[in-house]
Amino acid sequence: MDWYPLWNSLRIAGIACVIVFFTGIFAAYYAYRLPGIWKGILDAVLTLPMVLPPTVCGYFLLLIFGVKHPIGHFLQQFGIQFVMSWYGGILAAVVVSFPLMYRTARGAFESFDENLAHAGRTLGLSEKYIFWRIRMPLCRQGILAGTVLSFARALGEYGATSMLIGYTPGRTATIATTVYQLWRVNDDAGAMIWVFVNLAISTVILIAVNLLEKKHG
Amino acid sequence: MGLSVNIKKKTGDFFLDVSFETENSVLGLLGASGCGKSMTLKCIAGVEKPDEGRIVLNDRVLFDSEKGINLPPQKRKVGYLFQDYALFPNMTVLQNVKCGSKDLGKAKEYIKKYALEGTEDLYPDQLSGGQKQRVALARMLSSNPETILLDEPFTALDNFLKARLERQIMEVIEDVKAPIIFVSHDRNEVYRLTDTIAVMENGHIVDISEKHELFKSPKTLASTLLTGCKNVTRLKRQENGNYFATDWGIKLCDAPFKDKEYRFAGFRAHDLKMVTNGNEFGKENILHSEIVREVEDTFSVVIQFFPKGLEEKTEYSLLTYETDPSMWNDIKENMDGRTITMQIPDEAIIWMSE
Repeated sequence: MDWYPLWNSLRIAGIACVIVFFTGIFAAYYAYRLPGIWKGILDAVLTLPMVLPPTVCGYFLLLIFGVKHPIGHFLQQFGIQFVMSWYGGILAAVVVSFPLMYRTARGAFESFDENLAHAGRTLGLSEKYIFWRIRMPLCRQGILAGTVLSFARALGEYGATSMLIGYTPGRTATIATTVYQLWRVNDDAGAMIWVFVNLAISTVILIAVNLLEKKHG
Repeated sequence: MGLSVNIKKKTGDFFLDVSFETENSVLGLLGASGCGKSMTLKCIAGVEKPDEGRIVLNDRVLFDSEKGINLPPQKRKVGYLFQDYALFPNMTVLQNVKCGSKDLGKAKEYIKKYALEGTEDLYPDQLSGGQKQRVALARMLSSNPETILLDEPFTALDNFLKARLERQIMEVIEDVKAPIIFVSHDRNEVYRLTDTIAVMENGHIVDISEKHELFKSPKTLASTLLTGCKNVTRLKRQENGNYFATDWGIKLCDAPFKDKEYRFAGFRAHDLKMVTNGNEFGKENILHSEIVREVEDTFSVVIQFFPKGLEEKTEYSLLTYETDPSMWNDIKENMDGRTITMQIPDEAIIWMSE
């Protein structure tokens, strides 16, 4: 039994989740403080990957990072090639899971009582202290939920991933692409194993989400 | 020394334009909700930025639009007590107070001073209303503010708790030597806690004076209504220098200044004098009235009535007379049906030119 797809899926989802955690929070906090119209525009752009079919996202990624296109070609000079490589999967996972982190984090920031930040300022607390010691802990629940959701989405990512990195056993195979490939070649038993692996991971994630919600409910 | 504020700020259709100065005393900002009271405090604290103007606290310029000065709230030394206290819910009482004092020893000292010993490790949602306020006060005062802003601290509290928390605030006010601004829409609260009162309406200060003076003779219609006067009328000047009260349908004599043009008049509900039937001859400012209803309040009776012979009843025509129940019983015995004759004493009339 080759466990490569499990390991590959976990590292892609894990790294994508870390990237999305920081960029999502940053974008959410930035959008939260923008005035009305700009907020709406930025919001639409950042949420787009959530409503587009993942294959369309994958298509866009190929347009940008394909080796025949300027950016992809430029990166290739430095030995970076997202197409058909395992770390291209990170790119695909980041793009499709980012909106989940962004939206949940923004919801958390919006329910934050701004008077607490005002109070901190009048007491002489620095902006940094207010952000990390007051705002973030109080928005913790939403941010954690967003993180778990993004991780789950990154782990289950199929459409954009298969467009960008395809399926090469031992190189770019992930759980999701492996299930499809095994089913395609009539290896039902093999596909079933990966289906159960996936079910197990998803169950753990859902239990984690529920526990998080209960703890602060 | 003291606090001087002169700011303008436009947000949407709302225009804030306030200017006042206060020494080491308590200034009340009285106004209905949405009149710009809180916005004024936020501008002083620096969490909102005025469009133009100048704010100076004890010779330190906090804000000056011409010179491009806008100190961050962290450097202003302005203590702000928020309406709901804004305690940090993720921090214990001790941690909350330490956010103000920045020093553990000092935080403990303030915890002792505000009778919070034993609650150091509790979180805000485990505290009673009184304790919450004491934590907020300890946190704010331990940061050594040079001025203190109190933003409607008693709103949304029941009456019993209100009275207790008000005493806590009074102790602070007596203790602190700094300019204090107290904001509220409750005239009684403002009257009890402050020395000078500024009445705000629609982003502007429409009247500002020493509190006894303000309640005795408010200068504008807005301040008359906000200080609790229930009976007002529009005025029409007559040729002989007297005025006709259009909403009450009577003549009003003896305006204080002959050369001034008055537009409104009013009197407080407890200031009326009864006139026994037939005795009104030769008296001025008489109201012949028809009683509409009697409303029993906890310690008084409120009588609502219309002046008789009105050509047209307006929203200001229904007048109120307030007296204690035993007095009202005496009056009722000598009353002729639902008709009553009352006089507005000269000194009770509030004359307003705007």
